[in-house]
Amino acid sequence: MIGERGVRRWALGAALLAALVWLFPYAWMLLTSFKTPQELLKAPTALPTSLGFSAYAEVFRALPVARYAALTTVMALSIAALQIAVALPAAYALAKLDFRLRGAAFALLLSALLIPAELRFVPTFTLFSALGLVNTLPALVLPFAVSAFGTFLLRQALLSVPNSLIEAARLDGASELYIVYRVLPPILAPSLMAFFLVSFVHHWNDYFWPLVMTVDDTVRTLPLGIALLREQGSGVRWHIIMAGSTLLSLPALGLFAFSQKYLMRGLGSGVG
Amino acid sequence: MKPTRPSEPWWLLAPMLGALAVFFVYPLLSALRTSFYEWDLLTAPRFIGLGNYRAIFSSGELFASLGTTLLVSVVVVAGSLVLGLGLALAVNRPGRLAALARSAVFSAYVVSWVSVGLLFLWIFDADAGVVNQLLSAAGIGKVKWLTSTRMAPLTVALIVLWKVTGYAMVVFLSGLSGLPPEMQEAAALDGAGPFARLRHVTLPLLRPTAAFVATTSLIASFQLFDVVRLLTQGGPVRSTTVLVYAIYEQLFRDLRVGRASSLVVVFFLVLSALTWLKLRAFRSQEPV
Repeated sequence: MIGERGVRRWALGAALLAALVWLFPYAWMLLTSFKTPQELLKAPTALPTSLGFSAYAEVFRALPVARYAALTTVMALSIAALQIAVALPAAYALAKLDFRLRGAAFALLLSALLIPAELRFVPTFTLFSALGLVNTLPALVLPFAVSAFGTFLLRQALLSVPNSLIEAARLDGASELYIVYRVLPPILAPSLMAFFLVSFVHHWNDYFWPLVMTVDDTVRTLPLGIALLREQGSGVRWHIIMAGSTLLSLPALGLFAFSQKYLMRGLGSGVG
Repeated sequence: MKPTRPSEPWWLLAPMLGALAVFFVYPLLSALRTSFYEWDLLTAPRFIGLGNYRAIFSSGELFASLGTTLLVSVVVVAGSLVLGLGLALAVNRPGRLAALARSAVFSAYVVSWVSVGLLFLWIFDADAGVVNQLLSAAGIGKVKWLTSTRMAPLTVALIVLWKVTGYAMVVFLSGLSGLPPEMQEAAALDGAGPFARLRHVTLPLLRPTAAFVATTSLIASFQLFDVVRLLTQGGPVRSTTVLVYAIYEQLFRDLRVGRASSLVVVFFLVLSALTWLKLRAFRSQEPV
């Protein structure tokens, strides 16, 4: 029989092993990105002999990285802002106001959880191509105006906001819109933060939707550009591909390092 | 609370309802309608009744891609349950190593699928990849991770598992933090060892959390696309052609909008059934 202390030791061993399994691929990506083609050809698994950034320079030569990154940031920020602007009044109505069919409206929102982008792209693509919107920023942003996850998160948070607070604001002459966009956000800050982070990271990383909605370089996002590195050129290119992968994952990992608590809180709530 | 005007709630809901109508309801109805037509986006659509459905059923395409999707799902669901719970139990303690392991495992969740896909394409490369280099140095020999029809779906599933286990762990951790500590203490006072407590106290209480993780992983693996597109393009010999990839091919490679739409309709029915399971699991998580 293993005692309490033995269990603790096993748990620490498992944690160490997990940390290795999950950190090794990152380390490998980084190491490969510092190698030269000669090193890759001769001994693909040996450590690089020097800290060379030529692969990164090559990525910047092959792709307009700054433009892709800027466009991706604008897209992900627009989606997050639009989602929050749409979700706040809806969550307020669903959590705080009594009206007929409230249950039905809430059920409709929940059923949107059931319809991922992978189910919507065929008709949306034909609709946008009829409207001439394929390959534009609106085609990348508008279809995500509603976040069922985020609206649900805000509604749950609003349920614990006391009614007296809203009634006091009404007595002070605040309009409903003022309450929704000015009074509530500071109170909902932690949930809004979690909502923003989940949305931003998801869309910054998204590959599928930009892939099906773009046809050329006009509104190409960074994940699409980096994926192109695999198809371009010939010969040994793993150092370049890994340099691109590093560039793509760094912003998300950086954001993660600063906001892990909020992200875990948002996702741990169990609706994502 | 009473709304200030009776129409107020509807004004507040209008943006959401409008977007839902255009980007959720319309696409589904439109896909249903288009699934009865033959259409290549260039010429006028032609009504062919159930022709598309007959084609996807009789060509075996639907069942092949459903089967592949299911195979991947089984590995991902079982793996994320076992690993997610095991890791949550192992790292649910103070200390720097536990914190490091928590962050490391969860970090995979925020990294782009593109980075993950390219990274594992390199790691599992048949000749120069680090896994095969180590295996052949150990005298075991190289494994065709992505180039054999038998291994490729499993390799894809393992990569998905690496990506989603952190999420499962976080959900289990929040499930664990919601358990009343008195029950553990009472069981310990009664002389129950750590394994007995796990089996008879913790696991039964975590069952709703486990059901939630299982259904979430199931739905996530049904949406699988990015890794397949980046690593295998559905091959070798269509062994990794999952449902979404099949739809993508029908639309963008073969320009068969009707055929793609019929797959979307079937996909929707399957997802509805799965989501119904998820909502049931979610509801059972709330205190009775």
